[in-house]
Amino acid sequence: MAAPMLRGRCLGRCWALACIDSGSRHGRGAATGFTSSGKRGQSFVAQQPLLTAQKSRKGEHKWAAVVGLEIHAQIASNSKLFSGSQVHFAAPPNSLVSFFDASLPGTLPVLNRRCVEAAVMTGLALNCHINKKSLFDRKHYFYADLPAGYQITQQRLPIAVNGSLAYSVCVGKKWRQVITKTVRIKQIQLEQDSGKSLHDELRSQTLIDLNRAGVGLLEVVLEPDMSCGEEAATAVRELQLILQALGTSQANMAEGQLRVDANISVHHPGEPLGVRTEVKNLNSARFLARAIDYEIQRQINELENGCEILNETRSFDYKLGCTVPMRDKEGKQDYRFMPEPNLPPLLLYDTASLPAGADPQQVINIDRIREQLPELPSETREKLIQQYGILPEHSFALLNEVGLLEFFQNVIKETRAEPKKVTSWVLNIFLGFLKQRNLAVNESPVTPSVLAELLNLLDRKVISSAAAKQVFEELWRSKGKTPSQIVSERKLELMQDEEALERVCHAVMEGHPQVVMDMKRGNPRAINKLIGLVRKVTHNRADPTVIKEILEKQLSS
Amino acid sequence: MSVQASPTLFMAAAAAVAARSDVVTLKRVARLHVWTHYGGLGEKCGRVRCCWAIGPGWAGTGASPPRRILSGRVTAEVIEHLERLALVDFGSQEAVARLEKAIAFADRLRAVDTEGVEPMESVLEDRCLYLRSDNVVEGNCVEELLQNAHRVVEEYFVAPPGNISLPKQDEQQPFSHN
Repeated sequence: MAAPMLRGRCLGRCWALACIDSGSRHGRGAATGFTSSGKRGQSFVAQQPLLTAQKSRKGEHKWAAVVGLEIHAQIASNSKLFSGSQVHFAAPPNSLVSFFDASLPGTLPVLNRRCVEAAVMTGLALNCHINKKSLFDRKHYFYADLPAGYQITQQRLPIAVNGSLAYSVCVGKKWRQVITKTVRIKQIQLEQDSGKSLHDELRSQTLIDLNRAGVGLLEVVLEPDMSCGEEAATAVRELQLILQALGTSQANMAEGQLRVDANISVHHPGEPLGVRTEVKNLNSARFLARAIDYEIQRQINELENGCEILNETRSFDYKLGCTVPMRDKEGKQDYRFMPEPNLPPLLLYDTASLPAGADPQQVINIDRIREQLPELPSETREKLIQQYGILPEHSFALLNEVGLLEFFQNVIKETRAEPKKVTSWVLNIFLGFLKQRNLAVNESPVTPSVLAELLNLLDRKVISSAAAKQVFEELWRSKGKTPSQIVSERKLELMQDEEALERVCHAVMEGHPQVVMDMKRGNPRAINKLIGLVRKVTHNRADPTVIKEILEKQLSS
Repeated sequence: MSVQASPTLFMAAAAAVAARSDVVTLKRVARLHVWTHYGGLGEKCGRVRCCWAIGPGWAGTGASPPRRILSGRVTAEVIEHLERLALVDFGSQEAVARLEKAIAFADRLRAVDTEGVEPMESVLEDRCLYLRSDNVVEGNCVEELLQNAHRVVEEYFVAPPGNISLPKQDEQQPFSHN
C-alpha cells in the first residue's frame, strides 16, 4: 500500500532527493507555494522539481520529469454498464456474460442508471464540471477479449471535465510540514471494461473469460502535473480513498478494480516537453511509484548517452524491476473513433432544468447527487485535526488503514484518556501489533472497548504505561479477558503505598552508592538510572514521576 | 475474407434521410461523418462483421487534409496499413476493387452542400436515452454461449496467442485462414 503522504523513501537516488527538497534548494517556492482551494478551473502550474542525473557534474544537466496518469476505476454496481449481467470478482469463467457482453448479433446496449450516477458523484467529488450532455463513441481495436472489436467509451464529450484532485505530501525535517499539491483532472469518462485473457504460452493459445467484459469503468484522466513516482502514487492513493468514501468503486488494486497507466517524459526546464512513453497496467500501488521512477531514470540515462526516447508503450516487469517495451503495438494505433449509433446523447438535469412531469426513473438530477455526497477524506482529516487536536500526519495515518478510523473513534467514545494518548496508542502500539502479524483492523483480537478500558486504567494512574503495554500484549494472547482482570492477576497495579515505595527507593540507593555519588556530583542522568532500578524492583508497578519525587526528597534530606 | 458493401450504418443514415425528407436533415445526415467502409474481421468468431474508418469530415469541420483514400484509387500502401490495423488479409485484386467500390458508394455523401449546417451526432439525437435500473437479469448462460465458440477449454473461449503482427508477404499465413 502506498503511504498517503509522500515521504523520502526514494532518497537513494539523487534525482529523487531533488524531488523532495527542490523548493528550498532551487528557490522556486515549491515547498511553501502550494495551497489548495480545490476550486474548479483553478489554474495550476506544475512544479517541476529539477532532477539531476547521476552522471552530471556540478548540476550542469538538470532534468525535470513530467508524469500524467490515466486511471481506470471499476464502478461498484450490481450489473454491467450496458447489460443486466452480474458484476462479481472471481466467478466461474464466462458465467457472468449476457449475449450483449459476448456481442452476439442483434443485441443492443441499455445504459445502467447506477453507473451514470456513480460517474456524476465522482465528478462532483473531484470538483469537475458535469456536462449536461455527453456522448458515447466506439473505440476500435482488435483483441480476443473484446469480442465486439470496439469499446464503447466517451471520446468527444465525456460526462465530467476540468476537475482537480488535492493530495498531500510531507516535507521538512520530521515530515511535520504537510504540503497540499493539486493535480488537474482533464476528464472523467464512462466506458466498458474488456474481458480477461489468460495466455497459455506452452500450448500457444489464449483462454478468454468475458466475465469482466462490459463492466462499467470510470476513466479518470489526470493532467501531467506530477513529477515523480511518489507524487503519482500519493495522488492515486488519495483518489482511491475518495472513490471508497463515495462508494462509487471499491478501488481494490489487487482485484484490478483500480488500474493505472502512466505517461512519462523528461526535459530540461524551460525547454519543450520531451517525447513521452506510456507505462501500461500498473496494477499495484507498490509498483506504481517504482515503475515511474525507473522510467524517469531510464529516459534520463538514454538522453545523457545521446540516445532518443521513442514514443512507445511499455510495461513494468515487477520481477526485474524495470520497464520493457510492449511488442503487440506497432507504430501509432488508429482507434477509428466513431459515434456510437445505438446510444442517443446522455442528458443530465439540475433542479432548475428538470422537465416537469418527467419519469423520476429516467432523469438524473445533478443537484440531488450533490446533496448525497458523503464526507470526503480531506474533510474527515480536517475534522480530526480540529476535533481532537491531533497532528496532520496522524490524520493521514488514521485514514490509511481500512477500519482504523472507526476503531479510533470507538476508542475515543469510551475512554477518558486524552485524544493524543489514544492516537499514539492506536497508531503506534495497536497498528504495530497488527502490522507485525499482518492482520487487518477487523481481525484484531483487541476490540475498541477493551483498548478504551485499558487506556482508562492508564489515565486513572491505576497502572504505569509500561504495565499497560504488558497488559496489551496479554490481551492479544488471551482473548476474552478484560484489562482489569489481567492487571489484578498479574499484580500490575501501581504501588499506591507511598511508604513501601520509599522503602524500595531507600534500599536501591543503599545498594548503588556509586550512582548516588554521581548524582550528588551533578550528573543529571544518574537519577534516571536510579528510577530505572526502582521500577525494575517494583516490576513496573511504580509511577516514575512519584519515584523521582521520592528519590529527590531522599537525596536532599 | 471478402469486402462487402451495404454497410448497416450507412443504411441507417440513408433510412433516416428517407424518413425525414426536409433538406436540412439531409444535409445534417450528410455531415454525420465520413464513413469509410474497408472490410472486416469475421471468420475468427464465426461471423462477418463490418469495420469502419471515420474521417474527420470535410470543409469546415477541421484542419485535416483530405485522405489518400478519397481519390477513388486505393494504393498498395493504404491497403497494407489497413491490413495491419485490422489484421485482415485483403488477398486479391478483386477484393481491393470491391473496397474501392464501397468507398465510392459512401463518397456520394460528399455531393451534399453542408455549409453552415451543424453536424449530426446521431440519427437518434432527439431521442431519450433509456436508463435501466441496476438489477441483475442476465448471464448464467455459459453453455449456450460456448456453443458459438470454435474451440473451448473448460469454460473458456480459446483464441490465438495475443495480437500477432501481420507476417511479411513471403511468409504470409494469416490466422483467418487457419
